Amino acid sequence: MTDSNKPLVTIENVYKSYGSNQVLHGVSLSVSPGEVVAVIGPSGGGKSTLLRCATLLERFDSGTLAYGDLDVAVDRDGTAVYGSKDVIAQAKLRFGLVFQNYNLFPHYTVLKNITDAPISVQKRNRDEVEQQARQLLSRMGLEGNEGKVPCELSGGQQQRVSIARALCMNPDILYFDEPTSALDPELTQEVLRVIRSLAESHMTMVIVTHEMTFARDVADRIVFLDGGSIVEEGPADQVINNPTQQRTREFLLRYEG
Amino acid sequence: MAFDTMMGMLGNGFVVTIELFLITLLGSLPLGVFVALGRMSSFLPLQWIMRFYISIMRGTPLMLQMFAIYFAPYYVFGIDLTPDSKWNATIVAFIINYAAYFAEIYRSGIQSIPRGQYEAADVLGYSKTQTFMKIVLPQVIKRILPAMGNEIITLVKDTSLAFAIGVAEMFSTAKALAAREANMFPYLLAGLFYWLFNMVVEVVLNRVEKKLDYYHD
Repeated sequence: MTDSNKPLVTIENVYKSYGSNQVLHGVSLSVSPGEVVAVIGPSGGGKSTLLRCATLLERFDSGTLAYGDLDVAVDRDGTAVYGSKDVIAQAKLRFGLVFQNYNLFPHYTVLKNITDAPISVQKRNRDEVEQQARQLLSRMGLEGNEGKVPCELSGGQQQRVSIARALCMNPDILYFDEPTSALDPELTQEVLRVIRSLAESHMTMVIVTHEMTFARDVADRIVFLDGGSIVEEGPADQVINNPTQQRTREFLLRYEG
Repeated sequence: MAFDTMMGMLGNGFVVTIELFLITLLGSLPLGVFVALGRMSSFLPLQWIMRFYISIMRGTPLMLQMFAIYFAPYYVFGIDLTPDSKWNATIVAFIINYAAYFAEIYRSGIQSIPRGQYEAADVLGYSKTQTFMKIVLPQVIKRILPAMGNEIITLVKDTSLAFAIGVAEMFSTAKALAAREANMFPYLLAGLFYWLFNMVVEVVLNRVEKKLDYYHD
């Protein structure tokens, strides 16, 4: 078990640019076990890039990244130095990512989408994995869909399958990259319900979202990211209802309007 | 000449046609994978070699390539040509020519797979080989099937080019028979043979396509 006070993920002073376009400008974020953090902010503010760096889909230019006691990237004279292939592989076992566009494997059944990585990457026992997958599916309200392929499901159902897929890897922390942005309001609600129930069971999560009410209700902490840096950060209620920064207020007003 | 004698001779030629067809597929389908991977390689010298290779193979006539490969051992290495040389040169020319076309079809398929598929596999910890074999390749096969069908049907007919170098496949046989009989009937029969063969190819391709029809993107 992990030390309950030690952050599961620690990102420190991260800089990242694409060419001359600086996307992350000294961002730091750490998440403790059981904590739910919502990341909000305007498009192009760096939310997705931060998530992509945390999930190792992108590498930042300088800064540090650690999963628990596993140093994934350390800073050496202002340049981020990433760990070996082994370290990266170990880090990937610690987190899961739910994409905006689900990115399910279209040629696999629902069950295989969920079980294939635990079986072929984590080398776990098939029966045990399938049992867990079925439990997850019923928790997602998707029992009976094991044999279907993704194209036979609605967007909301696909997103819930992708949540189950991420959870079946038993990650310490689950990231969501705008999980409901591709869904209509009704389907959004069914996905948000699932995330809410995960929060109630103290799953550690970082959620990039545009659903402000949801963020306020579900998150413990909200981070407002704009222009590549954290403008404001605090308890969810306070950031949404009583933001201290002018830019946060303006952003939230635009959203309510 | 009796009809069944003619059919027998065309049949013998047809066997050679089928052999050429099958050996070409057996060689060029896997070779194309390596050409495609080389063409997509980030190692530039390899990529340029493959670009050049594909350009030559697609940019010059297959018949010319057959002759070049047939005569190369003699002119370049001074090796005497043997009775087997024609057949060997034909096989080699067909394989390397078709590998280039297949490679480009593979490439189009591989590049059409959305980035999100790679990213999902990456986050789930799949290795590069696993990602390719389990996630990308099965989707590529479905996507390239129509284009591959086109190329395979063209190959059936292209085998007739081997007549130019003197390989006794079906077209050569039909030509010889037509000259002897002084009529076009052998050509008509040969045409029917090619068509029937391609109908079988179509049936097989349709079946595979149907089998992969259980999902769409």
